[in-house]
Amino acid sequence: MNGAQDLGGMQAFGPIHPEDDVSLFHADWERRVLAMTLAMGATGKWNIDTSRAARESLPPAQYLSSSYYEIWFEGLKKLLLSTGLATAEEIEAGELKRAASPVPRVLMADQVPAALLRGGPADRPATAAARFEVGDIVQTRQMHPSTHTRLPRYCRGKRGRIIAAHGTHVFPDTNAIGLGEQPQWLYTVRFDAFELWGADTTAASVCVDCWESYLDYPNAGPD
Amino acid sequence: MELRVRALETVLVEKGYVDPKALDILIETYEHKVGPRNGARVVAKAWSDPAYRQWLLDDATAAIASLGYTGRQGEHMIALENTPAVHNMVVCTLCSCYPWPVLGLPPVWYKSAPYRSRAVIDPRGVLREFGFELPAEMEFRVWDSTAEIRYLVLPMRPPGTDGLSEDDLAELVTRDSMIGTGLPKTPEPKRELT
Repeated sequence: MNGAQDLGGMQAFGPIHPEDDVSLFHADWERRVLAMTLAMGATGKWNIDTSRAARESLPPAQYLSSSYYEIWFEGLKKLLLSTGLATAEEIEAGELKRAASPVPRVLMADQVPAALLRGGPADRPATAAARFEVGDIVQTRQMHPSTHTRLPRYCRGKRGRIIAAHGTHVFPDTNAIGLGEQPQWLYTVRFDAFELWGADTTAASVCVDCWESYLDYPNAGPD
Repeated sequence: MELRVRALETVLVEKGYVDPKALDILIETYEHKVGPRNGARVVAKAWSDPAYRQWLLDDATAAIASLGYTGRQGEHMIALENTPAVHNMVVCTLCSCYPWPVLGLPPVWYKSAPYRSRAVIDPRGVLREFGFELPAEMEFRVWDSTAEIRYLVLPMRPPGTDGLSEDDLAELVTRDSMIGTGLPKTPEPKRELT
């Protein structure tokens, strides 16, 4: 989705404020939003890709004028509504109007440390040979899906070189929209910064993790 | 927001979807237990122990796990070695991907639009805003964390640190030096400007 989350290369956001991070949180509610998002993620009603998609599909004006945890709050609300776990009226009032829907799991306090240490690996057994090898020159697809994708706009339709192959990983583009994990080979592609930005850059190169279906061999033809 | 968030929490708890004590433990963990001191231990060990350094560069997930740092948002780790010729900087332009087990939760600026927008196009300008300038001939390599691979920068060991213990070395490793927006401290701080 060409949403406001896809910030790479945008300008005029002003200076970075490294000194702003005296604390990781500005208010207690931010802590609760973080924890609720993690705990609800553990119920198994949705996955990390659905969760990212819910946040980034906020209208751009709202996304850009919201703080980080406001975006998380809105994303969590959206997921609760779309899965029917709660109604807008309930969330607004803080009162139950309907019985709970079943969830696959509830993360209990005593399970938290082990769950965090375990994490949620995204690699899956390979079911196909890798199409590309380290060293191959590839070109990212020109594409603009209206649903979730992890190929940033600034590196679509660009040539780069494969510098690593990571095995097969869950494919966010399908996993985010209920089409399953459909694991694909994942590669790191190094783009010459000039290929991405022309002369208007101080980077030498930018490396981006790309799933196999984001990539193709460059079109044969005059360079 | 305080009231709206409390209302939401009430609904989730009363419906039985979340255990309120689990929320407290999640917060306690990421606010006080997991943080960049973990990453500093990894870096200090790599500076002190060539075999560990090589393991970290070959298989960062296993090398980092050997120190007990595993799990959520660090399932697949890669270490990026800074050298006299190459400076690495890590960003997530699409959201806020960050290696939690070694660095904790990301700082506010890492998640903010100014950093996410500019790191990929003007890393040198970004580093300057953090107060550092690197030689013009040094190559800036930026890593955009678009998948579930998480990156940890292995900064160069500062000069004048021969004979320091791992514990003392870890004190020199700043969080920002492991993101690539800073450099480690030196025992007698001095910054080189080009």
